[in-house]
Amino acid sequence: MKHPQHGNSCSDSCCLRIQNLSVSIGTETILSDINLHIHCGQMVALIGPNGAGKSTLINAILGQREYAGVITFSAPGMRHRKPPRIGYVPQSPSFDPGDPISVADLFVCCMSRRPAFLGTGKAMRRKILACLARVHGEDLMDKRVGGLSGGELQRVLLALALEPVPNILILDEPLSGVDVEGQTALMDMLDEIRKSYDLSILMITHDFGMLPQYADKAVLIDRTVVKEGAPSDVLNSPEFRQVFHTKGGQL
Amino acid sequence: MSIWYAFCNWLPLEMLHWDFMKNALLAIVIMAPLFGLMSTMIVTGRMSFFSDALGHSAFTGIAIGCICGAAAPAWIAVVFSVVFALVFSFVRSRSNQAADTLIGVFSSAAVALGIFIATLGGGSFTKYNQYLIGDILSVTPGEIGLLALTLLAVAAFWIACSNRLTLVNIHPALASSRGVPVAVTQTLFTVAIAVVVTLSISSVGLLILNSLLVLPGAAARNVSRNLKQYHMCSVLFALAAGIAGLTASYYWGCSAGAAISLVLAVIFGITFALRKVRA
Repeated sequence: MKHPQHGNSCSDSCCLRIQNLSVSIGTETILSDINLHIHCGQMVALIGPNGAGKSTLINAILGQREYAGVITFSAPGMRHRKPPRIGYVPQSPSFDPGDPISVADLFVCCMSRRPAFLGTGKAMRRKILACLARVHGEDLMDKRVGGLSGGELQRVLLALALEPVPNILILDEPLSGVDVEGQTALMDMLDEIRKSYDLSILMITHDFGMLPQYADKAVLIDRTVVKEGAPSDVLNSPEFRQVFHTKGGQL
Repeated sequence: MSIWYAFCNWLPLEMLHWDFMKNALLAIVIMAPLFGLMSTMIVTGRMSFFSDALGHSAFTGIAIGCICGAAAPAWIAVVFSVVFALVFSFVRSRSNQAADTLIGVFSSAAVALGIFIATLGGGSFTKYNQYLIGDILSVTPGEIGLLALTLLAVAAFWIACSNRLTLVNIHPALASSRGVPVAVTQTLFTVAIAVVVTLSISSVGLLILNSLLVLPGAAARNVSRNLKQYHMCSVLFALAAGIAGLTASYYWGCSAGAAISLVLAVIFGITFALRKVRA
């Protein structure tokens, strides 16, 4: 289900709309004058050097950081300003390899009121299996969270973020710590998910090589939006070269 | 209590002939699930050293309670420990120092304050020895009742909060993205440890308390693959060590607290050796 897009005027077809957003800590301005539209079904990559404020922007969208400006959401059949469901995949988290916590336990802790230490009921196991099936990870159910590979962990966290199915999926560097094969598999999966659920994906990434193939839009951030557009345009822009050469970011 | 006594009399064990052994055994049966549960979360949340420091601060609270001449020094100690825990949480969230450094600071200060108060005006320190070493064999039915109430409260807290608490302990960012109030949950758990430690310390002593709060969970971690196994092993290890330690102290005349701690250490050693098998 694609939405009509009338040029730049974005009334109802817009999923996430950020206007004049700024964030400061004390006297220091982290982000200023951010304007961003993300449409339903779009995959948008947030790129920029370290310390550019990418994570801060995501935290503001998640409502975990105070900001000035307006963030509005809309979706078909949803009234304006109703908070959307956001699925969030945090930055490649380091679980303690010794923690005796299985993937099923992690799901129960997130989704159920029934204490995980009492074990997982049959109905719950079926539900978890259905969630894991979305990321082709049924076999991960009884593995320990600390024993998963980078790619497996990202898939588990993705499956968690997709339950309940969100309007917007936000991923913080999902490709870091994942091998090249796993990266392609993960991006293919994200592509599949956004098409089948018609949700928007916003991801922070440093793996620019993947972008032209998968992302609809790249947004270059360095305290504000420096350049946005088709990934190949942004990656070849003078702004991109300037930001990354003067700041010494990874290319 | 009389049902328990009748049950003990029915058991064909010579050591259960004595009332103090019956009391001690009942205390251990209650303490095993109580500390077994707490232990899993303390170890996962990396708060072993913190619970140790809380034990010391509870001792200081008791010293303050005695000096004030309060009718129930235990309750003054609980208030002191909760304040200690809250101040520690506050400083930890505002400081860029490592948690173990801060615990060292708080623990030293608390112990020093306790000894300072206890010995003020040439007071004798020996009357506080029971809190340091403790003696499970002298536990009274009233204290057992208090332990049972604590167990009920902890079990209720666990059923209501353990999912969130686990999430907060293993991944705060994930927890907060799922709408769990991270700081509040952490503080609540800290206060729960403070209350449990302080209420139990006068009946069982610091030594056994700290080993029961850390070792069952640590040993269970070696051999568990999920939370259910983790909790079950932890409680079972605490119970087995409690009974074995109590029996050893009866036949060999040693300190029960020390025997229980040693058995737990042995269990840890065995599970450590077995950990590869189940990894």
